[in-house]
Amino acid sequence: MDLIYEGIKQAIILIFAFDPEVMGITLLSLKVSGTATFISLFFGISIGTLVALTQFPGKKVVVSLINTGMGLPPVVVGLFVTIFLWRSGPLGFLGILYTPMAIIIAQSVIATPIVMGITLASMQQLPKKLRLQTLALGATPLQSVWVLIKEARLPLLAAVMAGFGGVISEIGASIMVGGNIKGYTRVLTTATVMETGKGNFEVAIALSIILLVMAYCINYILTHIQQRGRNF
Amino acid sequence: MVLEKDNILVARRIRVEDRGFVILDVGNFAVREGEVLSIIGPNGAGKTTLLQNLAMLQKISNGEIVYRGKKVGSGISANEYRRSVTMVFQETLLFDTNVFENVASGLHFRHVNKGDIEKTVLSSLDLFGISHLKDRSVRTLSGGEARRVSLARCLAVSPDIIFLDEPFSALDPPTHESIVTDLGRILRGSKITAVLSTHDRSEALRLSDRICVMNGGRILQIGTSGEIMNHPVDEFVAAFVGAETILPGVVGKTSDGTISVDVGGQQIMAVSDAVAGQGVVLCIRPERVALSVEPRRDSTSERNSFKGTVSEVTSLGLYYRVTMDCGFPLTAFITPGSLTRLSIERGSIIYPSFKATAVHVLKR
Repeated sequence: MDLIYEGIKQAIILIFAFDPEVMGITLLSLKVSGTATFISLFFGISIGTLVALTQFPGKKVVVSLINTGMGLPPVVVGLFVTIFLWRSGPLGFLGILYTPMAIIIAQSVIATPIVMGITLASMQQLPKKLRLQTLALGATPLQSVWVLIKEARLPLLAAVMAGFGGVISEIGASIMVGGNIKGYTRVLTTATVMETGKGNFEVAIALSIILLVMAYCINYILTHIQQRGRNF
Repeated sequence: MVLEKDNILVARRIRVEDRGFVILDVGNFAVREGEVLSIIGPNGAGKTTLLQNLAMLQKISNGEIVYRGKKVGSGISANEYRRSVTMVFQETLLFDTNVFENVASGLHFRHVNKGDIEKTVLSSLDLFGISHLKDRSVRTLSGGEARRVSLARCLAVSPDIIFLDEPFSALDPPTHESIVTDLGRILRGSKITAVLSTHDRSEALRLSDRICVMNGGRILQIGTSGEIMNHPVDEFVAAFVGAETILPGVVGKTSDGTISVDVGGQQIMAVSDAVAGQGVVLCIRPERVALSVEPRRDSTSERNSFKGTVSEVTSLGLYYRVTMDCGFPLTAFITPGSLTRLSIERGSIIYPSFKATAVHVLKR
């Protein structure tokens, strides 16, 4: 029990001392996962909306593929992103393996199907005639899509939370394509694994607490927005 | 013969099929400028599909729609046409925001400036008596309020033609009555051309200039309410519009709230504040008609008594429906006991009577 107690005490001291290394890791995590979430929102919402609102042969196949993608294992993504960015790989000329950019790419690949799947489901649960009503009010097809996205904003916020939650807590891909380089590609999860391995439990606990608090704060804000004006 | 130029909208050869089933098959359909045209028919008759096609909300694979002499798609773009017309759906389909923003939505789509939006929205809300709901979230509205907002939202775009799909469904009786009255007043006042679908004959009779009867995706008859009620083209239309006694007529003499209505040459007394010369529709429920084999002696001006010939007797299980011709068609319900006692059968001479208060008067 002492181990845990001491660990938590040390962790709190570390956090409130604003240890520069811990702060640097935290900021990088936020920056990388935040950027990846934004990229996934762009592709996920646009493609998800397109698939939801159009009819084409093989739609069921595409929808099942997107739903499968929601559970994509990060290590598999990490493996393929590594292969693509490897010096002799198809995108090797970019020279971005083991950089924060590589982590952003891998995390975007993980989060995009999650956002896409939730977007698809939330657009499909809107009344079918809602699109016709916007057109009947004189909306252009683009204006109509924009209204529908606004109507689905509550479930879409769930997509943001799920996407961000998925990538901030992910480790497999980050360690494979980022390499856990100190002061450069070390993020909260990779640092926690390393410190635990070294037996530095107080640092690992501090990082875990930061990770949890951060995830909670962001979800609290989004939940607050989502539940605003809801009284049931 | 109606001239082509009187028609604001003409639809030709509109046909919709779904997996081999014909949902809609309309050869020629014309809407006259400024009229209120009701489409009546049972569920699944194709009313909604027809309206959605006329409003160009469904891609029509064949056929054409001509709006003010211009073919939609070549003479005028589909988007441009959609901005000249609007449609109110059976579901209110309000956007998840406040009442003001809902009513403003069509104006936002047209990039109207803020000042004009404010002015138009407020006057549209006022028209439906819901100015006080302006800032309310649509989630807090009652069914009737939501219905009014959806109507105000469509009228705010000043449409040339408004399509209304079952605009009064799922409302409690007092709300239903007040919304029908308000919409009727607004349509008459604005000269907007309106095409509305309903399965309620009395709504159609009250609001419309012409009535169109549909079934199985086809138009069976289209004409004035008098034509449809008195001269149905086939058994279906007759059954659909004639299950109860519904008689269009014109008010003749009036005195102390009692009116005398001319229906096909016969005078029917009713209680109403309608004025002489006004067009009315009389509704007489069959259970309020009393039958006798001799002329009534207590006949007064408060009581309508006629002489008629029984044209048909039908069993409805617990009672019988007796249809007779008194110069106008009249239907009564009678118990099996009375049927035997009065020995009523087809061709019998009968003296039906009903109180003036039993006649429900709908003003046109």
